[in-house]
Amino acid sequence: MYSQKVMEHFKNPHNMGEIPDADGVGTVGNPVCGDLMTMYIKVKDNRLQDIKFKTYGCGSAIATSSMTTDIARGKTLEEALKITRADVADSLGGLPPVKMHCSNLAADALHAAIEDYYKRQKNKEVTK
Amino acid sequence: MLLSDDPMSTPRRIYMDYAAGKPVEPRVAEAMLPYAKLSWGNPSSLHTLGQEAKRALEEARGRIAELIHAEKKENLIFTSGATESNNMAIKGVANRNKDRGTRVITSRVEHMSVVNPIKNLTTRGFEAIFLPVDRYGFVLLDRLEKELTDKTILVSIVYANSEIGTIEPIKEISKIVHSKNAYLHVDATPACGQVPIDVKNEGIDLLTISSNDMYGPKGVGALYIKDGVRLEPLLHGGGQERGLRSGTENLPGIVGFGKAAEIAKKEMQTSSFRLEKLRERLIEGLLKPIPYSYLNGHPTRRLPDNASVRYNFIEGESMLLSLDIEGVFTSSGSACTSKTLEPSHVLLALGLKHEEAHGSLMFTLGKENTEEEVDYVISLMPGIVKRLRAMSPLTPKELND
Repeated sequence: MYSQKVMEHFKNPHNMGEIPDADGVGTVGNPVCGDLMTMYIKVKDNRLQDIKFKTYGCGSAIATSSMTTDIARGKTLEEALKITRADVADSLGGLPPVKMHCSNLAADALHAAIEDYYKRQKNKEVTK
Repeated sequence: MLLSDDPMSTPRRIYMDYAAGKPVEPRVAEAMLPYAKLSWGNPSSLHTLGQEAKRALEEARGRIAELIHAEKKENLIFTSGATESNNMAIKGVANRNKDRGTRVITSRVEHMSVVNPIKNLTTRGFEAIFLPVDRYGFVLLDRLEKELTDKTILVSIVYANSEIGTIEPIKEISKIVHSKNAYLHVDATPACGQVPIDVKNEGIDLLTISSNDMYGPKGVGALYIKDGVRLEPLLHGGGQERGLRSGTENLPGIVGFGKAAEIAKKEMQTSSFRLEKLRERLIEGLLKPIPYSYLNGHPTRRLPDNASVRYNFIEGESMLLSLDIEGVFTSSGSACTSKTLEPSHVLLALGLKHEEAHGSLMFTLGKENTEEEVDYVISLMPGIVKRLRAMSPLTPKELND
């Protein structure tokens, strides 16, 4: 059912964990639907210096989270915002059609973390 | 690291998904072979080859009748499997008895091959009632009494659902159903061959059974129809099977089914006793060492082969894949429903929340499983659960420390 690449990322996910002093955190999904992802990012000079994830979900949810962090790491925030579900799925050698929504979630979680970062920056400016 | 990539490790294959499919018993395969190779006659032909086939067909029918204690072998109609038997019972009875009423009652823990024919009937002027169950999966009998009107023509209840294993009180259900003169159809697909079934004693009017579920070949099943039950055929044609199921009989399959039924009758007690012991060992080993783990279904009134469990904070498919990597084949709910991504309707009917149902894992044991295999699976599970819980944002912090 899954490509070898998906299974590799499922077996040994990259960047799994939390960043306690993250600059942005994004959570998408819902345990009711069987998927919940949280992305943590650390930003330096407008680039994703560090990125980590925690995921509740099926094999493809875990693999797409892992792959998304790989693709995003080191990118500028603008570049990272352009990462799409197709990018994630393609890098994994494709996903079964019924599982495509997982790649959506992973990209959405990343985007939510970046939005959170922007929001925090704005708040900082206001309080200055 | 739990999941090793060591190429030197021996690839193990431990199959614990017997509800999804069973191997054909060697004695069954042997019995089938002559009917595939040598005796290809059509039971409807009058010549010697045809009559040889006819004899084999009727002998198989007799064996199956004995297994379920049918009045006589003529009460059994061969079909292509449980799905056809369920469709035939439900649509056949409904369409033939429309003049008596339009209400059909079933439960929320049925197989899709019962749920969907009944849903289909609702598009043709019938009314369907899906009875709730308690947290173990037992049909609520007071609700059955309440819903059972004079206009009810059929009640269809599973003998035991393969996802949770809970065995329904068929005899009690039958008494209630017959108090209003409705027919009782029982889907005994996973149960038949594992637990003794007596259609007369239990008051069953129609019974679905499947060959593969008792180690016979796939693609064969039967429907028991009590004398006097009126139903319409699904297939019209040459009038085989007393006009109720046209089409040349699948003789090698039916002969295999008959042999499987003969073996099941003879060996059920011993093999179910063995399976129950394995099941208890497995359930205890899957639950005891792992916090936030639970059994699905009733602890004792359950099928001998079924160990259905669930773990909080993680999802079933990721457990299934983790076990698969270790060579253990199992299922996360019903394989038929996995395409929809929805948690199983059977687990939800128990009152489980979506996220609890998602964390379910179903082991169904069979003839080839050993105590050593059970112990191996038990040894894997804590590591798998721990790894996935470490990844899950739902896991309480103290569990990961």
